[in-house]
Amino acid sequence: MKKDVVQKLGFSLIFLCILTTVFFLGTIIYFIFVKGAPIISWDFLTKVPRNAMTEGGVAPIIAGTFYLTLGAMIFSVPLGLACAIYICEYSPKSFIVNIIRISINNLAGVPSVVFGLFGLAVFVNFLGFGVSILSGSLTLGILALPLIISASQEALVAVPHSIREASLSLGASKWETIKRIVLPAALPGILTGVILSVGRVAGETAPILFTAAAFYKRGYPKNIFNEAMALPYHIYALMTEGAHPDKQKAVAYGCSLVLLLLVLFISGFAIILRQRQRSSYAQ
Amino acid sequence: MAYRRIKEQAYKWIFTILAFSSLFFLVGIVIVLFKEGTPIFQKIGFLKFIFGRKWYPTYNPPDFGILPLILGSLWVTVGASLVCIPLGVGSALYLNEIAGFKQRQFLKPVIELLASIPSVVYGFFGLVVVTPFLQRLFNLPTGMTALNASLILGLMATPTVCSIAEDALSYVPHSFREASFAVGADRWQTLTRVVIPAAGSGISTGIILGMSRAIGETMTVLMVAGGAAVIPGTFLEPVRPMTAAIAAEMGEAPMGGSHYHALFAIALILFLITFVFNIIAEIVSRRFRIKLGLNG
Amino acid sequence: MKRLRMFALMGILGLGLVIPCYAEKIVLAGSTTVLPIAQKTAEVFMEENPAADISVRGGGSSVGIAALIDGTCDIADASRAIKDTEIQKAAANGRDPVAHIVAMDGIAVVVNKSSSISKLSKKQAREIFTGKISDWSQLGGKAGKIVVVSRDTSSGTFEAFGELVMKGEKVMPGALMQASNQEVAQIIAQTPQAIGYVGLGFMSGELKPVEIDGVMPSKETVLSGEYPVTRPLFMYSNGKPQGITKEYLDFVKSKKGQELVETQGYVGLK
Repeated sequence: MKKDVVQKLGFSLIFLCILTTVFFLGTIIYFIFVKGAPIISWDFLTKVPRNAMTEGGVAPIIAGTFYLTLGAMIFSVPLGLACAIYICEYSPKSFIVNIIRISINNLAGVPSVVFGLFGLAVFVNFLGFGVSILSGSLTLGILALPLIISASQEALVAVPHSIREASLSLGASKWETIKRIVLPAALPGILTGVILSVGRVAGETAPILFTAAAFYKRGYPKNIFNEAMALPYHIYALMTEGAHPDKQKAVAYGCSLVLLLLVLFISGFAIILRQRQRSSYAQ
Repeated sequence: MAYRRIKEQAYKWIFTILAFSSLFFLVGIVIVLFKEGTPIFQKIGFLKFIFGRKWYPTYNPPDFGILPLILGSLWVTVGASLVCIPLGVGSALYLNEIAGFKQRQFLKPVIELLASIPSVVYGFFGLVVVTPFLQRLFNLPTGMTALNASLILGLMATPTVCSIAEDALSYVPHSFREASFAVGADRWQTLTRVVIPAAGSGISTGIILGMSRAIGETMTVLMVAGGAAVIPGTFLEPVRPMTAAIAAEMGEAPMGGSHYHALFAIALILFLITFVFNIIAEIVSRRFRIKLGLNG
Repeated sequence: MKRLRMFALMGILGLGLVIPCYAEKIVLAGSTTVLPIAQKTAEVFMEENPAADISVRGGGSSVGIAALIDGTCDIADASRAIKDTEIQKAAANGRDPVAHIVAMDGIAVVVNKSSSISKLSKKQAREIFTGKISDWSQLGGKAGKIVVVSRDTSSGTFEAFGELVMKGEKVMPGALMQASNQEVAQIIAQTPQAIGYVGLGFMSGELKPVEIDGVMPSKETVLSGEYPVTRPLFMYSNGKPQGITKEYLDFVKSKKGQELVETQGYVGLK
């Protein structure tokens, strides 16, 4: 009898935990939606900011986030993919790979603000790129690197060994096998990983704080040596600078919703995609 | 044929070199942090820097004591773990033990999705909602406190903890459970005495990584922690964690000055702390995998 | 297929190489106090001069001036005058900062609307911020712990306040250090026992300004110099401004520019 009570109590406690988690996280999303939805309009998404950034839209800011994310991916996807290929295909169990694997895990755990400082010291100052989209993209790219490597690794590992062996036994070389057989098979998984890291990178603020972000500039960024406005930084700036707090807060709600939708959409897409792939591997 | 072999070798070398990129960047980060951070140790002494109780970086003469900042980080991290460990592990247990297949298929991705909400959105929420709420609730001079930062950080880290803990639980072989049921244990006993101990180190990995995320989180604490560089007495006082100090002041510290070096030194210490966290997580998770006979 | 890949590659390369796009670009960096002025004037200036491309970054006075010395910005916003050490550094780098006063700013000591305190001497203000006076009852107000809100130590407003009011004494460590004027204003508005200081531009109905040494901060008292916590706001250019930089600075100093300064809550020079 007592045993039963304990079990009931224990399970209710666990249920309470997940209820609390979902409730609070749901509240955050709900709140941003309710407050942000009235702000968002077609103009908000397509016009440039006006009147001390309290009116008009946020189009250049969305564009800034787009460029920064794109730049980060151009830098990190080839690098991360190559790294994953080496680990999985060329030398899966060596001492060197162990070191590389540990360094990937640690790189994944480095606080984002530290990436920002690294970017500031190396890209902005040492290499002289200045505060620019280029510096910001590279910094974000390093941050995304471990994510891309582990996602690609997962995808490569999931490719059955038998098809590699079949290809090799037909006389294909290692590289040909990788290029023609393994990569195409792993491509969906790799893409999912890339999309997931896009979601992460688009929302990062701390790394671009000193490497790419501008408080205000007119219109769209023109080249990669320009600084840019970006959504996450814009939210922060609207809440902390400027002379019209109330009006700025309203815009910040709108920006938060845009960012939230963007990230949830991108990540959600990737997660659903991955779910599909995983169940198809399982079959 | 020779051409083909050369090509193969060339590809192998290219991949080998590129494979070192993450190591290269990690080492690069360490070098940069040391190079830009150590001048301040030479100037005022390592111990004085770490244990100094006053942080007045722009006064003349300046005080560079980061103990209040370290303790600030520590407080919010401990506070965050008080939130994220029960919530995260509890949710993982629910997903793994109670939720049916369909429910789990739905909830797991949702929780993962929640992990991707940008930190600045959490910070924004903390600033406009939690801050005034806490202030009214406790009748405080300001709602921007260690408590506020802890709550938000804890919520932020919960999906991370939950996700990893759930993975660990799902790795526990079914035979363990069946053996337990066979000797007459009920589900709760099986869970607490068999499954949780078996998945224990996997769950701890999740907790450590969640805490590592909390201590390194920047925008949220910058927005809601209040920013007073004092050694905190209670959770209802404002604090200035290390990450907030770096983010708030780096923009204003001219390159090459003592303040600049001091901020890099803070980043160095922060990096070392998270590095230790990650190494521990690595060791614990490796042990876990060996214990359950999983490879890789 | 091959050709397609070539195009993709060229596209990516092209994206990286199409750099020298023609635009008359200037970069402003520095004080967060000057930020609203810089932003608003840049916005209107660019509307009138479509060829101009102005970026505005925050940071702080020190960073702005450092950036000007390093040559990474064209105009440094500053809420304090350049220091001797900075002038020497600039000279060593072959740069020559030239000051342009663009507005006047009074730093208003503010309390919550509900506070009964309406005047302080400079000395009392100083003692509150050093923590010597810690309860409102010591000043004849309703008993309650004083919550001191200050700007971040690296801001120009903090330095100016330190110079004009604190006379080099340190703000108590327990003060809430905020990264911007706006955050200070927000806390004071929400906190009945708070006291802080903000630029005149950030005054709102939510805040109650305090008379310092018998003078209320206002446009008139700031311009006449009666109000003791007053400072000029600067933009520094490298050497005598030329081209688009000159046009922009002239615009800021013009009647129209100064009207914009007023819309942002600062005191115009004209």
